[in-house]
Amino acid sequence: MAPETAGKPGNRAASAAGLWGWINRRLPVEAFLRASAADYYAPKNFNVWYFFGSLALMVLVMQLVTGIFLTMFYKVGAATSFDSVEFIMREVPYGWLLRYLHSAGASAFFLVVYLHMYRALLYGSYKAPRELLWLFGMFIYLALMAEAFLGYVLPWGNMSFWAATVIVNLFGTIPVIGPGLVEWIRGDYGIADATLNRFFSLHVAAVPLVLLLLVALHLVALHEVGSNNPDGIEIYDKKDARGRPLDGIPFHPYYTVKDIFGVCAFLTLFAIVVFFVPTLGDLFMEKANFEPANPLSTPDPISPSWYFTPYYAILRAVPDQRIGALLMLLAVVSFFFLPWLDRSPVKSMRYRGWISKSFLGAFTISFLVLMYLGMQPAQEPYVTMARVFAIPYFAYFWLMPFYSRIDPVKPVPERVTFHG
Amino acid sequence: MAKFASLVLILLGAPLALAASEPAATQPAATQPAAAGAEARAPVRWETWRAGNSVADNESLQRGARNFMNYCIGCHSLKYMRYQRMADDMQIPTAVLTANLVAPGSTNLDYITTSMPAEDAANWFGKTPPDLSLIARSRSVDYLYRFLKTFYSDPSSATLSDNLAYPTTAMPAVLSDLEGVKAAVYRQVKSSAAAGAPMENVFDHFETISPGNLTPDQFDGFVRDTVNFLDYVGDPAQVERRSIGLWVVLFLLLLSALALMLKKEYWKDVH
Repeated sequence: MAPETAGKPGNRAASAAGLWGWINRRLPVEAFLRASAADYYAPKNFNVWYFFGSLALMVLVMQLVTGIFLTMFYKVGAATSFDSVEFIMREVPYGWLLRYLHSAGASAFFLVVYLHMYRALLYGSYKAPRELLWLFGMFIYLALMAEAFLGYVLPWGNMSFWAATVIVNLFGTIPVIGPGLVEWIRGDYGIADATLNRFFSLHVAAVPLVLLLLVALHLVALHEVGSNNPDGIEIYDKKDARGRPLDGIPFHPYYTVKDIFGVCAFLTLFAIVVFFVPTLGDLFMEKANFEPANPLSTPDPISPSWYFTPYYAILRAVPDQRIGALLMLLAVVSFFFLPWLDRSPVKSMRYRGWISKSFLGAFTISFLVLMYLGMQPAQEPYVTMARVFAIPYFAYFWLMPFYSRIDPVKPVPERVTFHG
Repeated sequence: MAKFASLVLILLGAPLALAASEPAATQPAATQPAAAGAEARAPVRWETWRAGNSVADNESLQRGARNFMNYCIGCHSLKYMRYQRMADDMQIPTAVLTANLVAPGSTNLDYITTSMPAEDAANWFGKTPPDLSLIARSRSVDYLYRFLKTFYSDPSSATLSDNLAYPTTAMPAVLSDLEGVKAAVYRQVKSSAAAGAPMENVFDHFETISPGNLTPDQFDGFVRDTVNFLDYVGDPAQVERRSIGLWVVLFLLLLSALALMLKKEYWKDVH
C-alpha cells in the first residue's frame, strides 16, 4: 500500500484492503457515493410530490434500455418502418412488451415530469439559489419534447406522418428563412424517407446524449444547492455542532429506501397500463397510427399526443399562424423566466397569500382545460374556450412580478413541519 | 405513514377501473332489436351497436378464422399474420390447419395473403381491398361489427349495395347469401327545429327482401366471431399479455408492500 495515497480525507475506503481498496486508491468510487448519498443531507419533510424526481430518472433508464432493444429489430425507412414495428409486435419474442413499455413509457415520462415541475411551482423550488437547477430542468423538458416528437414519427403510421407535417411546417412561419429551413429539416419537399432517417438518428443518438448530459448537470446542481422542501426552508440555516442540518437526514439510506417504495408503487400502476390498457383509449396510441403513413389521406382530426395538447390548443386559438406559433413558443418558454418573475419573499405556497394561490389555481385549471381542448377538433366552442383559458395561463407567469409582491404572505416557521 | 398506503390505493383505483372497462371479456353479448322484418317499429339505432366480442373465447376465434378463410381471403390479406402462429394461438392441430384453412399455394408457415392480384382488384373495385391485419386497431371492433351488419340493397350502386357505417363503400355485400338481402327504410324528419326547415331522410329500419341461409341470430354470431378473429389478428399477443400482466401486477403489489415495510423500519427514528 503506497502511503501517499492511503487515507485521504473523505475516502475511508482508500485504506481498505482487497480489490475495493485497490480500485478506490485509483478512482474515488466510494468517496463519490458517500458524498452524493450517505453524506448528502435532504430535508426530512418530503411528501408525495418528492417521488417524481427519482421516478423520472427510473423512466429515463427504462426508455434507454427498451429503446436499445427496439433498435435491434426496427428497420428505419419509409418502406420498412411500419412493417418492422408490426414484426416487433408479432414475431420478436416479447417484442410487444418492449414496444408497449417504450410507448407507454413516453407518456409516463411526461406524466412524472409534469408532476415534478408542478412540485416546483407549489413549493417555489425554482427560486434562489436554485435558478440554474430549474433552468437545467427546463432544458431537459425541451429535449424530452423533441425526443418524444421524433420518436412518435418512427413507426411511420398515418398520425406519425401528419404530426411531422404539422410540427415541421411550424418552422415555416419564421420570416425570411422559414420555407428554406423547413426544406432543410425535411431533406425533401415533403415529409419523406429522408426525414424519417434523420429523425431516427436524432432520436436514438443526438437527443439522448443531450438528455443524459442535462440530467447529469441537473443532479450536480441539485447536490450543490440541496433540495428545497414543502416548507421552502433552507435546512442548512440550522445546523448541529458537527455541521449537519437539524432538519436533514442522509439521502442514503432514508430516501433510497423511500424511493424504492415509490418506484415499486409507480411500476405497479405502469404495469396495469402496459399489460391491460396499453393504448389507454386513444391517449397513448392513436387509432390512426395503425394505418401506414399516407400523404393522400389526412386523419381527422390531427391531434398530437396528450402531453403536447395544451400548447397545440394555444397554437390553434390564434387565426394568424405566425402569431399562434409565437404564442405557443412563449407558453413553453415562460417557464424559464419563473425564477426572475417571482418576487415573493416566501417560497412555498403553504405560506403565500390568497393572490398567489389563486393565480396558481387558475393556471392549473387552464393548463388542464387547454390539454382537453387540444384534443378536440378545431371548431367552436373549443377555439373560443382556448382563447379564454390562454389568459389565466399567461397571466400566471407575466403578472407574477406584480401579484407576488403584494401577496399577503404568512410567517415562515423556523423549522420544517410535517403535514399528515 | 398511512398516507402512502392511501396514495397507492388512490393511484391504483383509476387504472384498475380503466382496465376493467376494456372491451375484452367483460361485456355481455350485444343485444339489439330484431332488425329483420317490417314489423320492427322502433327505429334501429345501429350507431350504438357494440361488437361485444371476447378474444379469450377460443372457439369463437376458431369459427372466426374459418369464416375469414371462407369469405374474406378471396380479396383481403392478413399480411402480418402467419397461419401457424394463428393455429398455435388457437390450438388448431396442424393437420386441421393445412387441410382446411391454409389457402391453396400457401404453406402453414406463410403469411396469410390473398391470391387476388392487387392491380386487378384496383381495376375491379376502384381500390385495392385493404389488408385487414390491423383493421380492428385502426377502426375499432364496434365499427367492424356495424359495417358488416349494415349492408343494404341499392340498385343505383355499382355493387348493387351500400352500407350505413361506410357509405359508398366499394365492397359488395359478400355475406348476403348468409344474411339475405335487406332494404333500408327511411323516414322524413325536419332537418332543424326552425319553422319551414326542409325535410330530410333519416334511416329508420331494415326490411328483408329475401332471407339468407342463416337466421338473424346465427348471422349475428357469424359476424361477431369474424370481428373477434380480426380483433385477435390486430394484436395477437393480447391474451398472453393479460395473463402475464396479472402475475406481474400481483408481484409488484407484493414488492411494494415489502418496500413500504422496509421504508417504515428505516424511518422509525426520524421525527
